[in-house]
Amino acid sequence: MLFYDRMQFAFTITFHYLFPQLTMGLALIVVYFKWRFLRTKETVFNDAAKFWMKIFALNFVMGVVTGIPMEFQFGTNWAKFSELTGGIIGQTLAMEGMFSFFLESSFLGLFLFGEKLLGQKLHFLTGFLVFLGSWASGYLIIATHSWMQHPVGYEILENGKFVLNNFGALFSNPWLLPSFLHNQMGSVITTSFVIAGVGAFYILNNKHSKFGKLFVKTGVIFGLISSVLAAFPTGDLAAKNVVKHQPVAFAAMEGIFETEEGGSEIILIGQPDVENKKLDNKLAVPNVLSFLTYQRWDAEIKGLNEFDESLYPTNIPGLYYAYHIMVGLGTIFIALLGIALIQLFRKKLYSTKWILWLLVFMIPFPYIANTAGWYTAELGRQPWLVYNLLKTADGISPNVSSGNTLFTLLGFIGLYLLLGMLFLILAGKIINKGPETSKEI
Amino acid sequence: MELFWYIVLMVMLVTYIILDGYDFGAGIIHLFFGKNDKDKKAITNAIGPFWDANEVWLIAVGGVLFFAFPTLYAVSFSGFYLPLIFILWLLIFRAIGLELRGQLKNKMWEAIWDKSFGLASLLLALFFGIALGNVVRGVNLGMVTDGVSTHEAHYFFLPLWNPTFSPNAEHLGIIDWFTLLLGIISVVALTIHGANWIIFKTNSSINERLKKVVFNLNIVLVLLVICSVFVWHYVDPQPFKNFMEQPLLWVLPGITLFGLFGLFNVKKFKKHGLGFLFSSLFLLGGLSSTVASIFPKVLPSTNDVNPSLTIHNVAADDYGLSVGVYWFIIAAVLVVVYMFIQYRVFRGKMDDVGYGEH
Repeated sequence: MLFYDRMQFAFTITFHYLFPQLTMGLALIVVYFKWRFLRTKETVFNDAAKFWMKIFALNFVMGVVTGIPMEFQFGTNWAKFSELTGGIIGQTLAMEGMFSFFLESSFLGLFLFGEKLLGQKLHFLTGFLVFLGSWASGYLIIATHSWMQHPVGYEILENGKFVLNNFGALFSNPWLLPSFLHNQMGSVITTSFVIAGVGAFYILNNKHSKFGKLFVKTGVIFGLISSVLAAFPTGDLAAKNVVKHQPVAFAAMEGIFETEEGGSEIILIGQPDVENKKLDNKLAVPNVLSFLTYQRWDAEIKGLNEFDESLYPTNIPGLYYAYHIMVGLGTIFIALLGIALIQLFRKKLYSTKWILWLLVFMIPFPYIANTAGWYTAELGRQPWLVYNLLKTADGISPNVSSGNTLFTLLGFIGLYLLLGMLFLILAGKIINKGPETSKEI
Repeated sequence: MELFWYIVLMVMLVTYIILDGYDFGAGIIHLFFGKNDKDKKAITNAIGPFWDANEVWLIAVGGVLFFAFPTLYAVSFSGFYLPLIFILWLLIFRAIGLELRGQLKNKMWEAIWDKSFGLASLLLALFFGIALGNVVRGVNLGMVTDGVSTHEAHYFFLPLWNPTFSPNAEHLGIIDWFTLLLGIISVVALTIHGANWIIFKTNSSINERLKKVVFNLNIVLVLLVICSVFVWHYVDPQPFKNFMEQPLLWVLPGITLFGLFGLFNVKKFKKHGLGFLFSSLFLLGGLSSTVASIFPKVLPSTNDVNPSLTIHNVAADDYGLSVGVYWFIIAAVLVVVYMFIQYRVFRGKMDDVGYGEH
């Protein structure tokens, strides 16, 4: 049954992506620490890298074991979709395995266990290759995702199968680059908050203060840069793609039920009432949405009223909330990190307790923002699997009964709850123990 | 074009089984022969830096299957729904068993993850053998009952077993006596393979014992293989047809036998890698002979209504397959380079690599 298949995919992908977002960002920051160490020879950077590699290793395992079910589920639960589109999305998915996973996994072993065998420069190089592999994986997955959002380079045969007729189009897809960069910024934001939060935890506890300061500083700077870049230009360009290619999804995301003469307002808060086609308790700023979208205050934005109801995204309130949660949290991130940066310049950050406390409590929120961002993209595409061409309901395995799907869905829920608990316990233990200071080399 | 990708896929599958196979085997050895902490440490050290990269071969096999033979991927993954999900769950337990054990110093914690790693490895070896058995035996494509397809011609769904456990029943199950036999062969062969890897990569005190284990299990393996050849005609009336038509193919069973009988010299090998080489040859020969016997079929139909799936009716279109050759060759060269570096850095004995000391 469609419902269980969708629940299983949504649950497993949501849980899975909690880990890669930290993997990709942490790969970048660990490589940054290694690089600082090579440049300055200050052991604090190498010790910092070693500490985060422990978290990285644990996080990576969780990402791997929850990632393999993603690839298998295309076949197990979405057989019709796989059969029809495998000739196209199989390209990018197979490339992900061949180009990124081999790179990532071969050098991860060397990176984690090979410091003594390899020497510092080669050790840095293996870290860089792990970083490259993890980001290449993100790129190829988003290339796949982009094709589903905005199909290009294909033709449809009489039997309904999609075949590729232009390989290059998969990578010059206008949807791809903004989405990829936006997503990577999201991953750096998560990592920055994790690092800053752990650093703030050390400072507030008066232990590992040297590392605490380094982590807070690194997290705040990386976090602010990536939060700004996530909004502009990457988020902006990604949203413009939605306006252009999925206008009905854009109207639903923004909560615009009616086209407004003279420019659309931007809705900050409010609850969509889809039955009566209106927004309750809304708080909005006039004309700003038109300006953000088209750089003209009076530009027309199509409201949901312009579209046939059969084209509506399946879950308008869900889509609207996902989008608003992402944007709202992104704004809060920029504000908080901006204040933190000012305090850093004034050399008061490490003694401003309320900011440090906030940094600790903020750790879960970038995870929520990233998840909400992905829900925006995915709910915006519904009811389509391949936008405007293949309905989600037509993609499921015709031969698997709902009882079997529910069985495995329940199994995944139980197993992943266990994994989540184990991860939190073990990450908590590593963080509580803290980094170790090595002797000068 | 299909033939090229079929060969690529089979080479990758054999590579996966040889590489992750030693991890499964090491897990089984760990379960039954890892008595003290030092031995267990030696076993996990021997596979620690490799298992993750080995598992990537499975993802890559899945990816290439999806890309080159989308219909086969879709039909078989959904048709073998439950066992595939079980394999995913077992892979999770195998991985966390290996990776989480060293995270806490506590006897109960360690005991849980030791069992998780060992049992998951054992069951994975069994399931992969059963999977091979299912492919050889074939399935009821189109779910034909009373001469009528109840599903699209190439779709099917199999429960875990049928009440008779027979590979000739009208309503088949994943597990019957034939597939189970292949599952057991797989467990025995991979246990030998894993033991050889441990002998190769460690100076563990159990190595001498493992040599005896390999020798004894090899006798069992020979008997099981003979037994399987005698019952093979229950699932495939003409298993040697392809070999008669293409005599060159006899090389494959030849490799199998060479590997199998080479293993009897395990106690005399001076070079520790030789045993591993012979068990790899057995896996290579055994797996390739099996798939060659049903070629060009990739999933036979057990009814007369719907045709078997062959490499021709499940492949992607020509343009996609041709363009894939370019990136695949680049990727394959890179993979060989990575593997060379990886096995070069971690060459020799692995007892002191410090795996799991977080």
